[in-house]
Amino acid sequence: MTRIASLLSAGVVCTAVLMVVVCWDGAPPRDKSHSERDVAAQSISSAPSGGPAHASAEAQRTVGETAHHAVVVRQPEGPPLIELAETDPQGRTGKVACSTCHSVRKPNLANRTSASLDEFHQGLTFNHGTLACYACHNPDQSDALRLADGSLVEYRDVMTLCSQCHAAQATAFRHGAHGGMNGHWDLSRGPQTKNNCIDCHDPHEPSYPKMIVGFKPRDRFLKDETTHDDHE
Amino acid sequence: MTTTNDSPPKGEDGRDRSLPVIANPSRRTAVKGAFATLGAAAFVAAVSPLRQAAERTSAAEFMQSHYKRLTDEDKRKIIERLEAEAKENHGVEVEIADDRPIPGTKFVYAINLSVCNGNGKCVEACHKENNHDRSTGQSYIRVLEMPKGTMDMEEGNTTYSGVVPKDDKFYLPVQCQQCDEPPCVDVCPVKATWKEEDGIVVVDYNWCIGCRYCEAACPYHARRFNWKQAEIPAEEINPDQSYLSNRLRPVGVVEKCTYCLHRTRRGKLPACLEACPTGARVFGNILDPDSNIRWILENKRVYILKEELGTKPAFFYYFD
Repeated sequence: MTRIASLLSAGVVCTAVLMVVVCWDGAPPRDKSHSERDVAAQSISSAPSGGPAHASAEAQRTVGETAHHAVVVRQPEGPPLIELAETDPQGRTGKVACSTCHSVRKPNLANRTSASLDEFHQGLTFNHGTLACYACHNPDQSDALRLADGSLVEYRDVMTLCSQCHAAQATAFRHGAHGGMNGHWDLSRGPQTKNNCIDCHDPHEPSYPKMIVGFKPRDRFLKDETTHDDHE
Repeated sequence: MTTTNDSPPKGEDGRDRSLPVIANPSRRTAVKGAFATLGAAAFVAAVSPLRQAAERTSAAEFMQSHYKRLTDEDKRKIIERLEAEAKENHGVEVEIADDRPIPGTKFVYAINLSVCNGNGKCVEACHKENNHDRSTGQSYIRVLEMPKGTMDMEEGNTTYSGVVPKDDKFYLPVQCQQCDEPPCVDVCPVKATWKEEDGIVVVDYNWCIGCRYCEAACPYHARRFNWKQAEIPAEEINPDQSYLSNRLRPVGVVEKCTYCLHRTRRGKLPACLEACPTGARVFGNILDPDSNIRWILENKRVYILKEELGTKPAFFYYFD
């Protein structure tokens, strides 16, 4: 009887020891001198040093003053180019500047919408208030735009043109409250890239386009209410 | 082995000798033996969950202490182990950092509800950035389609689809509001979730016991429970991870939006903000008087969700 008891107790002791060994194996040794938290932010060194690659092709302009990095507002590369419908005898297509045609054609200020055009630009969707073509396009220099006071403004600086009427949006834009952005919130660690007006708004039809919902979580709360698979 | 019992079994030649207990089946010893066996069986049964636990979690993980009590050396070893586990279980090289708050920052988010059109790109970006399970399409963001004229979340609907925005609706993206008085932190029985100096409410996924009190306590339905181990194709796992943020979480623990602290504590913008095609989202440091977020709070009509609950969200909604 005592033998059975001692066998049992030996078994219990062995199991306990085994558990302790299994649990202790590989456990990190406790360092007694532990500093509670290191507040110093780590992994700062991994902050990317290269500029925003997707905007490198764009002409860049900086706004605001920062210690190290700038807020870069994307800009159009230059005046728009018209894709030619016809091909040349070698079968090549080409792109031409606005001035290719408009430098030899007299501007007709009577044309206020695309509907009244008898040649070219027909069918152009236009839904931007009651503006006429030459409210923004420059009749004297077709490769540039025109401000309300008649002075010339380059296509690259199109935001100056938009801001004449949309001052509230321009103010909000300056404070990051309008328009998307990418990059860093902390300009001491990296640059930030912002969209310009015409990245999101088609100048001829500026209301933001409708979108189609692409991604939906399929969690259990989104199951079809008519099928209850948990209680049948 | 000599027998001291009164009646040894037959045969001095050693044949046919049985064990003494069996040879002497007195009622008393039989009952004792039965209870001893029962006791031993009960003990084995009682510790058997530990054996299963040891199969599922490594011993080091089992013994791991609370995040706040870890030394740098502890953290280094734990992160090494987690990286090795990711390599073994998912076949990917991940880099887990231990991003700490930047001194002098308090993160705040704002969403322009005049601009948000409910397209859900933020939901998708969060899903990918934070290594959520692919089959459930989990995300920390829920976009509610709301009838105009109310800010009552219960009126919202998350199952809308098709072309957005619809004329009589507005869209309310809801994620963790990083409350200054977080009810989820108050109810945690093991202090596995807490608010850090920069305002981000974090979870130690290895300390969480999965009781889900916090999920029930959150008035914004912002917390998520890992019902299953996230299944993500190796090439889709975001290797840029942080211990308190988007590392691969174990099953049975609660998780939540961390304002992408693995990005924002390195100065970058959160993933949902960068993905937003409408530019409705604004993120920044409210302690910086020149920040975008401060201008919005000072110049726009700003709302917070469920203000009457006194949770003091660090998340604002505004209109143009």
